Amino acid sequence: MIDVGWIAGHLGTIGGSAWEHVVLTVVAVGVGFAISLVLGLLASRLRWTYGPITAVTGLMYTIPSLALFAILVPYTGFSLLTAEIGLVSYTLLIITRNIVVGVDGVAPEIREAAAAMGLTRRQQLLRVELPLAVPVIMAGVRVATVTTIGLVTVTALIGQGGLGQQILLGYQLQFPTRFFVGVVGSVILAVGADLGLLRLQRWLTPWERAKVG
Amino acid sequence: MDVISQTIAWLTDQAHWQGSDGIPIRLLEHIELSVAAVLLAVLIGLPLGLAVGHTGRGGAIVMTISNLGRAIPSLAIIIACVPLGLGFRATLVALVLLAIPPIVTNAYAGIREVDRDLLEAARGMGLGGRQVLLRVEVPAGLPVILAGIRTSAVQVVATATLGAIVAGGGLGRYIVDGFALRDSPRIVAGAVLVAGLAILTELAFALLERVAVSPGLRLERRAGQGLEASEARQPA
Repeated sequence: MIDVGWIAGHLGTIGGSAWEHVVLTVVAVGVGFAISLVLGLLASRLRWTYGPITAVTGLMYTIPSLALFAILVPYTGFSLLTAEIGLVSYTLLIITRNIVVGVDGVAPEIREAAAAMGLTRRQQLLRVELPLAVPVIMAGVRVATVTTIGLVTVTALIGQGGLGQQILLGYQLQFPTRFFVGVVGSVILAVGADLGLLRLQRWLTPWERAKVG
Repeated sequence: MDVISQTIAWLTDQAHWQGSDGIPIRLLEHIELSVAAVLLAVLIGLPLGLAVGHTGRGGAIVMTISNLGRAIPSLAIIIACVPLGLGFRATLVALVLLAIPPIVTNAYAGIREVDRDLLEAARGMGLGGRQVLLRVEVPAGLPVILAGIRTSAVQVVATATLGAIVAGGGLGRYIVDGFALRDSPRIVAGAVLVAGLAILTELAFALLERVAVSPGLRLERRAGQGLEASEARQPA
């Protein structure tokens, strides 16, 4: 059922798809993280903005991906931009919410200590609150990344898709090998990204390691 | 004429409200498929989640499977089900498979989160295992349990759209056919209808939650976290 010869002969094609998949994901999560950081910090400073921000990002989250891509197609075409706009919009709710929850979770005594040490509001945020919120923020980034890797496959329908191209072509050409290559490849990417981000989180929070170890 | 007015013209065209490719039929197909999938998933997933939550056994396995499930693209699951029969059959089976994990994990989590003191009090009052489950654990865990079903339902409505790729019906037809024909109004009209249905589903469950959940619990939740509903959900 699996044509190993085809795989061996098309490593370049498969690698190209995987690379495209990685790029689509990294750009989406990167841009999504940057926007979420702004939204999250805005919401934790001005509490009243949290409701509207969650409502709008939640609405984007509810719209089916194919529908969102479809709405964009007449404007931005079957393009990378269409794919990225859709993918980014799905990362916002999870990451923004985890930033707010993470920053909120910092103990009041720690804030007071930071203030008492003479840190300005900005220094408190950058040096104390955000670092302590890293585990919660990273949990959001991990979920967003794994979700994005899955959603990238849907962008095959608008001519992008990375490994999703292989999944769709495998179906259209009735060639199971390509389908399996696409599925297994994107699962490997998802699991790999999740483990990689977990390591990054451990590296960013050495104090947590000391606590456990 | 711009895309928006073209889409409005498409949606209000009498011809698009008749026949087997008309909006009423496509909408009905979409709803029929989604309702069937969610019902089947509840029938399978809810007893499983409640059993795991009640006994506390198998929790790690349930969580691992549902996390792995998140990594498998839903497009792939639908295509993998094609050998079972193109269109409705393939999509239904795929949707049930996708809908089960959130229902199981939320039922499990909902029951596990119930205050241990409450359970001891219930047992102290002489309630048996089944009574504890049905009269204490389920009502107290209901917000989280319902959130799981809501997650699944919204995901099912969204993913049912992809059924059009494997020759299924539903509103996804307009998007997939529109792509093939490069027919923008058709694409956008389909997208708007699907998005509207997904949002309505979400709102309907929010309403159900309000009606079904005990007022005391609601207050407690509002004070506490309140957003775990979307935690398990993934866009489809």
